[in-house]
Amino acid sequence: MNPLVQLAAEKPENPLVPPIPELVIGLIAFVIVFGFLAKKLLPNINKVLDERREAIEGGIEKADAAQTEAQSVLEQYKAQLAEARHEAARLRQEAQEQGAVILQEMRAEGQRQREEIIAAGHAQIEADRKAAASALRQDVGKLATDLAGKLVGESLEDHARQSRTIDRFLDELEAKAEAVR
Amino acid sequence: MSADPTQVLAFETDCHIFSGCGFPGPGLHSFLFEPIFGDADSNVYFNKTMLLALLGTVIIVGFFWAAFRKPKVVPGKLQMVAEAGYDFVRRGIVYETLGKREGEKYVPLMVSIFFFVWMMNLWSIIPLAQFPVTSIIAYPAGLAAIVYVLWMSITFKRHGFVGGFKNLTGYDKSLGPVLPLVMVIEFFSNVLVRPFTHAVRLFANMFAGHTLLLLFTIASWYLLNGIGIAYAGVSFVMVIVMTAFELFIQAVQAYVFVLLACSFIQGAVAEHH
Repeated sequence: MNPLVQLAAEKPENPLVPPIPELVIGLIAFVIVFGFLAKKLLPNINKVLDERREAIEGGIEKADAAQTEAQSVLEQYKAQLAEARHEAARLRQEAQEQGAVILQEMRAEGQRQREEIIAAGHAQIEADRKAAASALRQDVGKLATDLAGKLVGESLEDHARQSRTIDRFLDELEAKAEAVR
Repeated sequence: MSADPTQVLAFETDCHIFSGCGFPGPGLHSFLFEPIFGDADSNVYFNKTMLLALLGTVIIVGFFWAAFRKPKVVPGKLQMVAEAGYDFVRRGIVYETLGKREGEKYVPLMVSIFFFVWMMNLWSIIPLAQFPVTSIIAYPAGLAAIVYVLWMSITFKRHGFVGGFKNLTGYDKSLGPVLPLVMVIEFFSNVLVRPFTHAVRLFANMFAGHTLLLLFTIASWYLLNGIGIAYAGVSFVMVIVMTAFELFIQAVQAYVFVLLACSFIQGAVAEHH
């Protein structure tokens, strides 16, 4: 007969009554497991799990922040672009206005210069005419006296008389011209 | 009386059917072991279940030591497996029954109980060991006692003596005249029967599982004679089927043990009418 069968028959033990040494060993074994897990290993892994969660959440936060920043930068750029367009339009407008003013001024200046030149030309012509007229008057007088002297045979040297005669002649001439005009 | 513990393996004998030998069926003797040293009568001894309990402890601590000693934010394979087990108990059992806020401080205990019980159950089908430590009542009883002391002390700490008593007896004025009867039944059920069933549920499951495995294993050997060989094959198939089934039951019993522990604590912290 199996010795354990014999033992069981000799010492009928209730399987529901815990043998004390096994109870003690069981509790010791469990306390060892619990001690290691509760005091060292589970706090370890909890820390890492927290870190992991933070890393994931931190990543999401960073992405959010980057998104927000990108958005604000985009808006800033858009605003700057709009401002630049506005500025450009304003400058063009100003340039057009300035151009018109300059053109106006130049036109006025040109007009003024032309009138000046015309006026100067008139004055010159008048002066030339007067000089020519006086020179002509002398030349004509001299020629006329010379001619008259030759014809009369008498020198009309007497200057005073000569001058009077010529002037009288020319005045008559001018009066005739006036009358014609 | 021989001190050789291997004598317990009935199929080491030459006992077969048709050879004038009765079937050496498993029984209570299958759960007795000759001490490796010491004397069974003196209460100072060391036997196979104790050895397995201590070995199991080393395995659990070793596994979690390797996995969680220097845990990384990006886990390796071992750490991932251990994390999955840890998370299963933490979220799947403790947070489910107690809630995150209330349950957080019981997580280490529940994780320890779960893996301890599971490992002790697993010995049942680990070759050479092939004996569930939890089929010796002392191991489940120790754990159940720890849980019992814990939830009883929580009950009285939370609700005071009278409140705690009301909590334990399911005091409810609206019950009217049947209240005393209900209180007696509830007290009996919660205070006396609960720790007993908690321990016995695990013990009996593993005890029965081991007995079934033994029955089919011994039968496979016993039937190896004459026409019996055909039945030995059937019996051996049953050994394999039951081994797979045991693997399942071992995990389920560990789960149930922890789930009950959590629900006891939940009952202790709950506000009663």
